[in-house]
Amino acid sequence: MSEMRATPVVNWTAIFKDALIAALIAVGLFALLIGLKTDQTLNNQMVLVPRPGLFGTIVALVFFGRLFLGYLNAVRSSEVKKKKPSSALMIKVEKYGLPVLIGFLVVYPLVVLGTVGPQGALKWIDNFGVQILIYIMLGWGLNIVVGLAGLLDLGYVAFYAVGAYSYALFATSEPIKEFMAQLIGEGFWQAWAFWICLPVAGILAAFWGVLLGFPVLRLRGDYLAIVTLAFGEIIRLVLINWVEFSNGYAGISSIPRPSFFGVPFNATENGFAAKFGIEFSPIHRTIFLFYVILALALLTAAVSMRLRRLPVGRAWEALREDEIACRSLGINTVNTKLTAFAIGAMFGGFAGAFFAARQGFISPESFVFLESAQILAIVVLGGMGSLVGVVIASVLLVGGVEILRELDFLKMYFGDNFDPAQYRMLIFGICMVLMMLWKPRGLISTREPSVFLKEKKAVSSDLVKEGHG
Amino acid sequence: MSNWEKDPILKVEHLTMRFGGLVAINNLSFTAGRGDITALIGPNGAGKTTVFNCITGFYKPTVGRMSLRHGHIDIDAHVEALTDTAGDSVTTPEGSLYLLERMPDFQVSARAKVARTFQNIRLFSGMTVLENLMVAQHNPLMVASNWTLGGLLGLAGFRNREKAAIETAKYWLEKTKLIDRADDPAGDLPYGDQRRLEIARAMCTEPVLLCLDEPAAGLNPKESLELNTLLRAIRDDHGTSLLLIEHDMSVVMEISDHVVVLDYGTKISDGTPDHVQNDPKVIAAYLGAEDEAEVEKIEAEVGL
Amino acid sequence: MVAANEKEISAEAGVKKSRVKTGENGWEAFSSTMEVFVQQLINGVTLGAVYGLIAIGYTMVFGIIGMVNFAHGDVFMISAFVALIVFMAVTAFLGMGAGVIFLALMLALLISMVVTALYSWTIERVAYRKLRGSFRLAPLISAIGMSILLMNFVQVSQGARNKPIPPIMRDTIHLFERNGFQVAISYKQVMIIVVTALLLGIFWYVVQKTPLGRAQRACEQDAKMAALLGINVDRTIAVTFIMGAALAAVAGTMFLTYYGVVHFSDGFVPGVKAFTAAVLGGIGSLPGAVLGGLLIGLIETFWSAYFSIDYKDVAAFSILAIVLIFMPQGLLGKPEVEKV
Repeated sequence: MSEMRATPVVNWTAIFKDALIAALIAVGLFALLIGLKTDQTLNNQMVLVPRPGLFGTIVALVFFGRLFLGYLNAVRSSEVKKKKPSSALMIKVEKYGLPVLIGFLVVYPLVVLGTVGPQGALKWIDNFGVQILIYIMLGWGLNIVVGLAGLLDLGYVAFYAVGAYSYALFATSEPIKEFMAQLIGEGFWQAWAFWICLPVAGILAAFWGVLLGFPVLRLRGDYLAIVTLAFGEIIRLVLINWVEFSNGYAGISSIPRPSFFGVPFNATENGFAAKFGIEFSPIHRTIFLFYVILALALLTAAVSMRLRRLPVGRAWEALREDEIACRSLGINTVNTKLTAFAIGAMFGGFAGAFFAARQGFISPESFVFLESAQILAIVVLGGMGSLVGVVIASVLLVGGVEILRELDFLKMYFGDNFDPAQYRMLIFGICMVLMMLWKPRGLISTREPSVFLKEKKAVSSDLVKEGHG
Repeated sequence: MSNWEKDPILKVEHLTMRFGGLVAINNLSFTAGRGDITALIGPNGAGKTTVFNCITGFYKPTVGRMSLRHGHIDIDAHVEALTDTAGDSVTTPEGSLYLLERMPDFQVSARAKVARTFQNIRLFSGMTVLENLMVAQHNPLMVASNWTLGGLLGLAGFRNREKAAIETAKYWLEKTKLIDRADDPAGDLPYGDQRRLEIARAMCTEPVLLCLDEPAAGLNPKESLELNTLLRAIRDDHGTSLLLIEHDMSVVMEISDHVVVLDYGTKISDGTPDHVQNDPKVIAAYLGAEDEAEVEKIEAEVGL
Repeated sequence: MVAANEKEISAEAGVKKSRVKTGENGWEAFSSTMEVFVQQLINGVTLGAVYGLIAIGYTMVFGIIGMVNFAHGDVFMISAFVALIVFMAVTAFLGMGAGVIFLALMLALLISMVVTALYSWTIERVAYRKLRGSFRLAPLISAIGMSILLMNFVQVSQGARNKPIPPIMRDTIHLFERNGFQVAISYKQVMIIVVTALLLGIFWYVVQKTPLGRAQRACEQDAKMAALLGINVDRTIAVTFIMGAALAAVAGTMFLTYYGVVHFSDGFVPGVKAFTAAVLGGIGSLPGAVLGGLLIGLIETFWSAYFSIDYKDVAAFSILAIVLIFMPQGLLGKPEVEKV
């Protein structure tokens, strides 16, 4: 073997031929769609603008890319295969990774604040911190449904929407405001609206989870995925079209922002800054929001870790492994699936309420199918059932795509019309495909047993099943 | 009078199962005695597994009644009255009576306490051996965890119950000689161990009737002998009656108290192993002979 | 993103006309005017032909490798763009004469079929083949990624605006007129229905009567066994993707001529509707896909005409859910028996 590594056998003719074929295919694929651009002139005439330079560049890229890949493959196939990371290591990642991550997240806003100052910190705490944490929380919530119970849900964003609209509608409704004013006092309601509505949003989302879950749970596999997709779309379309209820496309604006347990974030003398004797800055609210979503996400993680060790969690995993065997052991599979659906939906609802409070404005635009796909991709890429995996996948997918907004320097090379953010979703799609090809079972794919007698041994991913529903 | 007539645990009457035009079981009636090992045998495609699927609720029979009793309730005295009601069970001071055909599959296991194994082993292969046995104790653990709430809060009642469940699992692991592999994934076990694990898992549901679908299939002679010992122990030490489908005649004749023979979905013989062994109809069915004269010829050839 | 650019892809002229004529009281109009009904029937069949053509791609791929090819709707969208570019290129050189338009359309159809088939082949080769038989969710995620990729590729390379073509083939054939309502069928509609029927016939012949079709059916039953018997499974699956894409390209070209406009997000909603059609007809069944397409086209058109145009997509998604829940084997599919 070592001799072979010294002189890798590279068949250049074959590689060259491969690259040529790839380039020819690229010509076929891109000649029309990249080589010619449909454009509208000022008087709305459609014209075709040829782009030979761009087209040539891309075909050349495909050719040399394929050449390089072919060489790489030839070299690698003559090498000894790398050993898989041991399962003990995987268990360690799962065991120590989470506390380290949590520790990092707790100090993150302060570190950012210290290094780049309040002006620059806003972006890093909000776009990277809060944004990624929302997806981590959604990923952890969906992980209960997909990762543990093995139920493929492509409409998870529906519960996110239910949570967001619950909070938005309750908090902006005049009759509820009047009613609450009589019940607990207007000032109290204004100060605490978010904290009162948060559990309500979760419960409503769980209720919808049961409602939608009940008819569909006897379906299997891809069918369940498609029906949940349909339900997600129906909810979004109803939100668009039922204008009296949800204000349609226009959405709901001026949603009350959360207060610091009754103390608002404003420049008045009752505001957060004045109460704590510090100078007013909008970043206070952002930091507070960061900790709120961090707490919510950690709650999700704690509950799902705990549930895994309870009979209901074990039944979920058993369901994923073999539903018929579950039934033969007296497990009511319908109820078990419904609990998974409801609990997953509840966390989606919490995240939705938080999202509405953070944005101050929501519209059906935020709850498209793409969001569901993104959350599912995070769960699958992370490795089904793995909490740390979800974190890594969120940082890679959401953070990586967010980074593109920061690459303004590329304009130096590609001209002022070049907007890297435009390529976000394109790159996101490419990443989804590539990551599945690279690691179909996700980044952390070994399973940690929920109970052990003498020694905790990780279960290899080849044995863990992915569920039929 | 035989034990299965005196003290039946399961009584199957006029069981018929059709799939479209195919009649898989045709008007089958038999009883299984309490404390007996009852074997259901027959050539391939005779409908044995279909009978199991009906008894355990996975199939709803086209026609037929299957009554199962706990305790000493008189089946014949109560079954007609129960059939006339919409209910699926009746409980008297002497015991309870269940109509299995009216119960969904999971309740057959949870309430009527009928456990089963599968011909093509169905373990939770990505879970450890111990976890497999914990899943089998789902229902009592669920109650102990106050339907998850108490467990979520970490109440002591649940923790104690879980310890007890681990003890039960350990007991069965020792019985099935799997204790050393408790923390290994079930999918990693060799075939014979998987078969025994499936039996251990079924026993963790504390069944009154255990249905085994070809437990000796694929076992070597030594494993087969150990299986016989295990099955006897289950019957003698735990008061669990057994109903098994088996092809290995040495196992059947060795351990069973009562044999029911099926062919093309119809019962052709029913009695003690000795009785069945000498029944010409059975021999004809197994050897594919048309009539008795031919059977005698074949018997002469094989030296019976 | 999808919602923002959602267009009325429901039947055009007939709907609006009938609304003007009958006002708010749709039901009364329904009972009194047969003409509206006939007009909607024509519109619905046209739309249904487009859905049916896309649905065949879903149903064939599901039949042979058991996966929902999520990117198929976007392959359809790509085909409409290819047709658009070819049409524009031909008319830019030769002008807009009647003969040229016919030539341009035929060229658009042919080139679109070839290029789209190449796309589909590449997608299968790159994104699905390696994942075949592995973890069940992996191909699905890969397909969703592919769908996002294709949509954004077209957005980036061709721009985010609606792409119209000049109005063509506007003439209609008047069938009859009663109570002041004209029932008409446009040349476009005639073309769509005729071309669809013709291609379906050819396609049907290929699948039923040729060794290729036999190989496909063998792979559907048991790919491993088919391979042992000397069938090149990889190639058979690749051909399935190519055939599905070619039919989607026909649908894409028809879609472009019928509505005269295309947008990069146009793959999603027609894709889901076509999938609904495939499921309604019984997934895996080719006649089922066509039947399902026609039914979905008719339901959508009638729903838009008589109930509410706003909720027409809700109707389509609801049908999808209802069919999957209560009739998962569809109209012409085989029921599945649970194996214990």
